[in-house]
Amino acid sequence: MSREEVRIGVYVCHCGTNIAGVVNVEEVVEYIKKIPGVVVARHYVYMCSEAGQNLIKQDIKEHKLNRVVVASCSPNLHENTFRRAVAEAGLNPYYFQMANIREHCSWVTEDPKEATEKAKMIVRAAVERVKYHEPLEKKKVEVKDKILVVGGGIAGISAALVCANAGKTVYLVEKSPSIGGMMSRLDKTFPTLDCAACILTPKMNEVASHPNIKLITYAEVESVEGFVGNFKVRIRKKPRYVIEDLCVGCEKCVEACVFKEPKFYDEWSFGLKKRKPVYIPFPYAVPRKAIIDPESCLYLKYGRCKQTCVEACDRNAIDFNQKEEIIEVEVGAIILATGYKFIDVSKLPQYGYGKYPNVYIAPEVEVMLNASGPTRGEIILRDGRKPKSVAIIHCVGSRDENNKKYCSRLCCMAAIKLAHLIKERTEAEVYNFYIDIRAAGKGYEEFYKRVASEGVRFIRGKVAEITDVALTPEEEGKLIVRVEDTLAGVIRRIPVDMVVLMPALEPATGVEEVSKMFGVSVTEDFWFLERHPKLAPIATFADGIFLAGCCQGPKDIPDTVMQAEGAAGDALALVSRGYIELEPNIVSIDPEKCSGCRVCVGMCPFGALKYNEEKGVTEVIEALCKGCGTCAAACPSGAIQQNLFKDKQVYAEIAGILAVGGE
Amino acid sequence: MAEFKPNIVAIVCNWCTYIAADTAGTARIKYTPYVKIVRVMCSGRVDPQMVLWAFRNGADGVLICGCHPGDCHYKEGNYKAYRRYMLLKRLVKQLGIEEERLRLEWIAASEAPRVKEVFDEFVEQIKKLGPLKLREEVIENP
Repeated sequence: MSREEVRIGVYVCHCGTNIAGVVNVEEVVEYIKKIPGVVVARHYVYMCSEAGQNLIKQDIKEHKLNRVVVASCSPNLHENTFRRAVAEAGLNPYYFQMANIREHCSWVTEDPKEATEKAKMIVRAAVERVKYHEPLEKKKVEVKDKILVVGGGIAGISAALVCANAGKTVYLVEKSPSIGGMMSRLDKTFPTLDCAACILTPKMNEVASHPNIKLITYAEVESVEGFVGNFKVRIRKKPRYVIEDLCVGCEKCVEACVFKEPKFYDEWSFGLKKRKPVYIPFPYAVPRKAIIDPESCLYLKYGRCKQTCVEACDRNAIDFNQKEEIIEVEVGAIILATGYKFIDVSKLPQYGYGKYPNVYIAPEVEVMLNASGPTRGEIILRDGRKPKSVAIIHCVGSRDENNKKYCSRLCCMAAIKLAHLIKERTEAEVYNFYIDIRAAGKGYEEFYKRVASEGVRFIRGKVAEITDVALTPEEEGKLIVRVEDTLAGVIRRIPVDMVVLMPALEPATGVEEVSKMFGVSVTEDFWFLERHPKLAPIATFADGIFLAGCCQGPKDIPDTVMQAEGAAGDALALVSRGYIELEPNIVSIDPEKCSGCRVCVGMCPFGALKYNEEKGVTEVIEALCKGCGTCAAACPSGAIQQNLFKDKQVYAEIAGILAVGGE
Repeated sequence: MAEFKPNIVAIVCNWCTYIAADTAGTARIKYTPYVKIVRVMCSGRVDPQMVLWAFRNGADGVLICGCHPGDCHYKEGNYKAYRRYMLLKRLVKQLGIEEERLRLEWIAASEAPRVKEVFDEFVEQIKKLGPLKLREEVIENP
């Protein structure tokens, strides 16, 4: 720091009553005024307002300030606002420091006196620190203009299409052999009863045929390197044992398979129907290509089979020697749309799933109702009967202190929709057992009212148990729902033929690995954590990585598509600009101080430090430095300094926060 | 005797604990006023000298908070913090500082309630230890 006189302006924000309601801002200002170097100290009702910012700009000019401290909210909210204001007044934006006295002080401290004392120290630390600030410039980095979308459900599909329509190349990676996700299982969607396939299949086909979308199915992301604007992604594509370019999806191989009857678990229908080792995932799969499952194919498993499928394929598309493939792509932005799964309800024995054949989970019934499903849209019990009475049970595992505490959000409406469809197709008596009906959405309440008026019964109460122990003759051969009807105030036993459980949603399998691989934080329930629930509900704390759909939390299709298109917007905004500005918090090495010991070289996880044999010192490759500062902490001679976190800056802050003078 | 109000600094990672503390604020979780936060980009940036500097400048306790193992934003900075911490604990003892005055904790961005847990508990621990009295020569001849 040159020995120019430090002239600091300090601004303590009231944030309405958020800060001033607890912290005595006048007292803070009086305390701060006494610190050497502070020229102006003020408090103002809303520093982030235009008037607040103008106050800073004016003071910079009038009082020739060369340092600014704003004590207000978290720098995650308004650091950029104030840096911009400082820059607009002609000062380098890094001559600014923010003191967080809202999130870290007024909002978390009960006693106003203690809060005021703490605020003084926090502001003081910023003042002591800013004295040592230096002018910096943001690092400009080129951005790759391609986008990766992970997950090919309705979220990934919607996001990919928007990005592709904007002219960007999109890589859409899907774990399973077809895109379509959970929505591909549905027959109708609430509240309009739109045919799900009619709205989904055109989008799926558009993805497949879009010149800008590279669809990579049956593949998973293996590793991600790099950072915002410049991600290097390795994708592992599993072998299908069918050459996609040759297969036309004629299904002759499926017919010819030595297994005459399908007998293996079918993923798409949740096991409701069976499939052969060679199969097409579902009738409107995209890509509509055959796939051979190595776990059940005799040739792939035991090396012995007549290979009737190979003979049957007149296009020679079957290739048992296919190996997995690694595809490497470079992208500027990533959209995660990895979706959800249903909890395993067999772990909740009171509902009898797995014990009583006529207890179903909602996704099974969705598949059953699907015209392309195993029953061609008929509701038929496992014993072949049509149910005359059906119980739909809400909140199975949701809003449950012993399971998922959260509301899974889409089940109420899905349950009402199922009630309508089951009643329509079977004329059965349908009961809904609910805790509360959550119908918050456009047209949702109206739909609920409509279904209720159709004669579907709604009983308010959490079901205690499903049992087949009959107490009366009319309960014989039925499943009995035991429930407290909390509106009538009575315990009831309701005999039904079929039970449909609405299981809670949880993040898709492998979410932990995905979160680690992409560096995205998760909530305690492992939903991906958005940067801010309101101000940045799509971005994550990992710059350049955005969220779409249920991987961020349970949501229905409209909300999913909305978020997905929002994510596409965010990703496009990032890649379209062509460059990004990074925080200049990289390190530099003073060659005068560097002894060439190379302790730091091994410390750097990014290979950004290189020893220069000729000069006998270590040098920084700026483009690779991510600014963690771990080398600076290791450097025995103090030769390595991290911008924005230089030793003297951090030391001054520590001394300041402990209320002892700086250096 | 006046109540002992410990002076504690928490040097925290920008990506996890700082955010958790922000979220704790948004959720209005009330906790001790005696722990004050200094932000670094990574717990790997925590130079042992920073901790000693804090003790020298009147800290009764020092917390270092980073991401859970395996979750580091910079791959492995938290492991380096852990290694330094283990050594540092031995060093502070030699300087006459109880090792309980130094603590490393992992607090993820999503773990706002843990900010309160850890901070409150640490303050209780420091209260039991009482104010730090460094030998005078340590302070006078740093």
